[in-house]
Amino acid sequence: MFSIEKILNSFHEWLSSMLNQNMVMLLEMALIAFFAITLFATLGLVLVYLERKVSAFIQIRKGPNRVGPFGIFQTTADTLKLIVKESFMPDSVDKFLYQLAPFIVMITAMLLLAPLPFARGVQIWNINIGVFYVTAVSSLSVIGILMAGWASNNKYSLLGAMRSGAQIVSYELSAGMAILSIIVLTGSLNLQDIIASQENGWWIFKGHIPAIVAFVIYIIAVTAETNRAPFDLAEAESELTGGFHTEYAGMRFALFFLAEYINIFIVCAIGATLFFGGWMPFHIGNWEAFNHVMDFIPSSIWFFGKTFFLIILIMWFRWTFPRLRVDQLLNLEWKYLLPISMLNLLVMTLIAIKGWHF
Amino acid sequence: MRNVVDTTPEGNMVLNVGPQHPSTHGVLHLFITVNGETILNLDPNIGYIHRSIEKMCESLSYRQFIYSTSRMDYLSAHMNNHGCALTVEKGLQIEVPERAEVIRVIISELTRLASHQLWWGSLAMDLGALSPFFYAFREREMITDIMEETCGARLTMNYIVPGGVMADIHPDFQRKVKEFMVQFKSKIGEYHELVTDNVIFQNRTKGIGKLSKEDAISYGCTGPTARGSGLSCDIRKIYPYSAYKNIQFNEIIETEGDSFARYMVRMREMEESVHIIEQLIDNIPEGEFQAKTKAVLKLPKGEFYTRLETARGELGVYIVSEGGTTPYRIKFRSPGFSNLSALNHMVKGHKIGDLVSVMGTLDLVIPDIDR
Repeated sequence: MFSIEKILNSFHEWLSSMLNQNMVMLLEMALIAFFAITLFATLGLVLVYLERKVSAFIQIRKGPNRVGPFGIFQTTADTLKLIVKESFMPDSVDKFLYQLAPFIVMITAMLLLAPLPFARGVQIWNINIGVFYVTAVSSLSVIGILMAGWASNNKYSLLGAMRSGAQIVSYELSAGMAILSIIVLTGSLNLQDIIASQENGWWIFKGHIPAIVAFVIYIIAVTAETNRAPFDLAEAESELTGGFHTEYAGMRFALFFLAEYINIFIVCAIGATLFFGGWMPFHIGNWEAFNHVMDFIPSSIWFFGKTFFLIILIMWFRWTFPRLRVDQLLNLEWKYLLPISMLNLLVMTLIAIKGWHF
Repeated sequence: MRNVVDTTPEGNMVLNVGPQHPSTHGVLHLFITVNGETILNLDPNIGYIHRSIEKMCESLSYRQFIYSTSRMDYLSAHMNNHGCALTVEKGLQIEVPERAEVIRVIISELTRLASHQLWWGSLAMDLGALSPFFYAFREREMITDIMEETCGARLTMNYIVPGGVMADIHPDFQRKVKEFMVQFKSKIGEYHELVTDNVIFQNRTKGIGKLSKEDAISYGCTGPTARGSGLSCDIRKIYPYSAYKNIQFNEIIETEGDSFARYMVRMREMEESVHIIEQLIDNIPEGEFQAKTKAVLKLPKGEFYTRLETARGELGVYIVSEGGTTPYRIKFRSPGFSNLSALNHMVKGHKIGDLVSVMGTLDLVIPDIDR
């Protein structure tokens, strides 16, 4: 059976047999950094292309279809254009913060790639508080956005940044609650343990209705957290002309843009891991034969399949819904989602204690 | 021009919306005073696209000046031309042939449909839903094709002239219009599914930008904006002109006065326009498409005024003639200008996001305001 884990292990042993331990570690760190940056760039390109194709499908258009077969090199060409574009900086900005902001947003997104289990045994950093790490680090990106909005010295940017601040801080609560309701079932913050606990079925099927409620709340909350429509108030093109990145151009803008897509990938990957078993194939209880057949599909395909399913779901939201107003956005969180998710967490805890889940 | 200031003396932020802003749909400039996100005051600053069309018309003959009016409210180009033609015909007392009258009404209603479809798409886009725009353009494209065949242009169209219409309709005209109506009727449900019934859309528009009937009258609002407040002001119904005298149609009135009411008026008006075209498309009388007129038109000395209903409201055309070949003075009463004046009243106390939705439901066309 095909497995990346074996390849990686034999590669590690091959390196260890030739070099001393410190050298192996350094070399592997460099390779992983290279891998993370490559993944960052590739995912950005793929997701932007995917979004353009999904939007074209919804909007009865063809989408990019000129550069390369089916336009697959369109986003590459766009990125090249952004790289060579003059990095224009307005006169009245706070120069240090203005230049720093896109990097903070990008680095936050890249840090989040670390604990993701891409396939069976493939994980950059198997940290025992993986879920906690993700929720903690993902909240840092708001600093970059606030910084960009403030440093731009533009009223629209400032309004966008303030909206974004209020929005991310609020929606993190219900995203956290939704994540917690799976944690009480697994009893572990380690992502590998969470996946292992879904050996006999995914939590969305095993956890009764509270798991489905938690999933719905999670998807709504992360859509808001990544500033995607219908919660894209921080950008709000028709109101704030671009919000926090109004004054950014060229590659600095592209970093914000790519970071947004990486963030979508990460939240969808976490959602897939928590609710759909990550790389765990589709298993049903003790149907040995069925489970065995499912195991033949490589675990990386399961992981990326589930993640991209959620990504397309979020893209579908974006291209069909109008935008909420800022007070409606906060009402939705504080008056509906948060109480529901708190109650849901209580019910889930009861289920976990009584052992009612499958 | 006003001085551009950062804050008011009270310490509230002044935000310049426009002249280059995605949701003003043109070069409208709004000074808005905001406290956080709440709008305290709004002050429109117009004139960025003033081309002095009225003054230009004074040196053009009565046949020529009509063409510049297509550049006023470019989405109701035919209706603008119609208004001018009606005024000139009134002055010269020209009998317009039946055929021309019917063609004029069909063309006007098609223009209204195209205008409302564009409005529907751009309103949804202002509210953050980008897809409806493409759905609106799918049907609008069919009208634009019909217009292209009929008068040769897709925007800034000119077809209605004093005495009738410029040329006879294309042989395919009736078939294409019928095709369009079949397509439109099958898709109007999609419009409602996609936007009208959406909970977020209803939350964004219901109870927002209230305009009472009394305020609508005092601000001089007309068209769908005023009819959304329960004011009966459809010129087609009150002072029927052309073939509107002989056809059955309802004046669409909603009483709520909020953004959603204005939205519903326009949506229902689209269906009513289709209803009007249906009555006429098979009954275009045979005969001349243009009355016999002199080569050079000379209006008798005096003042002439006509009004008609464009897609945005009441358009008034006022001509003062000294008896020469060119008008002495021309004044257009454009619907957009009066509707814009009510904006401050409507958005006070609302959020910046609401400004966009209210402005969207006013259906402003900036060249119509500035002329």
